[in-house]
Amino acid sequence: MDRIQLSHGGGGRLMHCLINDFFVPAFEMSSLNDAAVVAWQASGRIALTTDSYVVSPYFFPGGDIGLLAVCGTVNDLAMVGAKPLYMTAGFILEEGLPFEELERVLASMQRVSEDIGVRIVAGDTKVVEKGKGDGIYINTTGVGIIPGGISLSPQQIQPGDKVIISGSIGNHGIAVMAERSGISFDPPLVSDVCPLNGLVDHMLGTTKDIRVMRDPTRGGVATTLNEFAIGSGYCMTVYEETVKVRSAVQGACDLLGLDPLYVANEGVLIAVVAPAVAEDLVAEMRKTTAGADAFIAGEVTNSPPHTVLYKTLMGGNRIIDMLSGEQLPRIC
Amino acid sequence: MGMIESIRGLVASAGRPLRLMEVCGTHTVAIFRHGIRDLLPHDIKLLSGPGCPVCVTSVKDVDTVIALAKEKDVIITTFGDMMRVPGNRQSLFDAKAEGCDIRIVYSPLDALKLAEANSKKKVVFFGTGFETTSPLVAGTLAEAELQRVNNLFIYSVHKTVPPALKCLLEDPDVLIDGLILPGHVTTIIGIAPYDFLVRDYNKPSVVTGFDATDILLGILMLVRQIVQGGAFVENQYARVVRDNGNPRAVALLNQFFEPEDVYWRGIGMIPLSGLRLREEYRHRDIMHTVHVTVPDGQEPKACSCGDVLKGIKVPADCALFGNACTPEKPVGACMVSAEGSCAAYFKYSVARRMNHIC
Repeated sequence: MDRIQLSHGGGGRLMHCLINDFFVPAFEMSSLNDAAVVAWQASGRIALTTDSYVVSPYFFPGGDIGLLAVCGTVNDLAMVGAKPLYMTAGFILEEGLPFEELERVLASMQRVSEDIGVRIVAGDTKVVEKGKGDGIYINTTGVGIIPGGISLSPQQIQPGDKVIISGSIGNHGIAVMAERSGISFDPPLVSDVCPLNGLVDHMLGTTKDIRVMRDPTRGGVATTLNEFAIGSGYCMTVYEETVKVRSAVQGACDLLGLDPLYVANEGVLIAVVAPAVAEDLVAEMRKTTAGADAFIAGEVTNSPPHTVLYKTLMGGNRIIDMLSGEQLPRIC
Repeated sequence: MGMIESIRGLVASAGRPLRLMEVCGTHTVAIFRHGIRDLLPHDIKLLSGPGCPVCVTSVKDVDTVIALAKEKDVIITTFGDMMRVPGNRQSLFDAKAEGCDIRIVYSPLDALKLAEANSKKKVVFFGTGFETTSPLVAGTLAEAELQRVNNLFIYSVHKTVPPALKCLLEDPDVLIDGLILPGHVTTIIGIAPYDFLVRDYNKPSVVTGFDATDILLGILMLVRQIVQGGAFVENQYARVVRDNGNPRAVALLNQFFEPEDVYWRGIGMIPLSGLRLREEYRHRDIMHTVHVTVPDGQEPKACSCGDVLKGIKVPADCALFGNACTPEKPVGACMVSAEGSCAAYFKYSVARRMNHIC
């Protein structure tokens, strides 16, 4: 038997075999109690996040749904300054899923969680009838701790602050969409999916003057900048000439009628920081793998309020609005 | 910047405001994305034309496709931007949510693959677009004929650009000094189909590409023609557009399709501006296989799309713009597609934001 059957989710012997053969070795499920019991630190605030992953296809250039599920949740914790400690993982598997594919997904979750130092301590599995799912869906919940003295939010943004982006944009969304639409690139275009907690550690260790950080996933850089503009009440002014977009990504965007500013990223963060520290911080970020292509993209100004303004290469202006209803394939 | 200075100089010597129309929706969006209006003298008015195929697809066509989707064993395929277009009562997205089998494809060839994989079903490609996309559909039909994939059908609302331009220029309310012609469409049809612009209407025209520098150079060439009192069809986009276009694509298109009178949303009936399947390929027309009828669609009241598509009004002149009509809840055709002029104004315009229009 090499595929998931409905009875693997039935609560009986087959389900126990599935858990013992696949999930227990991949994760740290030392006891099969329904709730994990873990050690805790006394100081700091708790950060808690949950996210579901339905990306199609679930293997894509540069990653898979498992890698995405761990990185996505770890990154959500990292963006509020939390050190990720524990995670849970819930799986919804479609009848007929090959075990070999499940194994590959679990292996990549195991590998990246060990690299990050986050422990996957509890999980759940359900099986749905063939046709009722899309192979594999994963929900991850993460818990982390925010050390004292760290408080990040858009309300702390001040006019004059600088906007930093940690790398070239649009890679994840385009890698997934290109895979779906059968477009190939030479050299291949790969997703940027990666954990950002190491980069964030380094940034917080470098300066105290970071106002806010966020990873521009669904909706892309445009949406995150709008969240900053709305949250702070100021204008985020970004210069087209500074924004890094790989030429293959730009080409694919032109072909598919997309704007890279709205395309999802899974290994990029945007930070707003005090102007005095911006250049040094970018230099420090570039010493890390995740931040090797970091750049200053623009600054915060007073007017027009609640707005993202884009200074084009030609010297013109354009508004970068929230995404409104453009249909994109599932990419996260 | 030399080009912008040259444009300024020429416009100053014209001594009057110049009204230029970009026919193509891709130009409308590119002009906003590059912030080109900010760079031009105030005396150049850029007007958006009828060249967004999604926008001009009629309510009745959307309703008909939805009715087809509700038939047994029918799979509808279409490009993503058709999904949100409001019909009389529903959009394709609404029908999909109700359980109709409607799928977004990136190419009509995907519909062919789907037909091969679902031989018991009728797979219908809802074909919209101008001469840029219709040859792809013709090519797909050629492939379907060759491979004898008999369950691939199309619902064609393909339209052609030159008859629409003729219709515009016949309208006495339409005041245009020059035309920025669509680079992509011209890649297929070549320059000759535009001869009437000069011969019958004496309109300066420039086939233009889509980069910021293409558009500025196209405008410069156009303004130069106007100021010097000439009228030609010039080709700014010669690195892509050959004067004779793509004869193979045109031949393929003509093999399968012939012109017919069709209704353009917001504008009305335009003679010989649509493409229907020729007699010998009618078996590929879903309307010859499945019979559905829907009532004539109503154009929304108070909507100014017709005047916007003709360059008589700009989107902000419409009472609905940004209030009752937004990209999330479009009323009129021009707000529907990302390339519609109202959607582009709504999304990108700094002036809109500064004036707090909405």
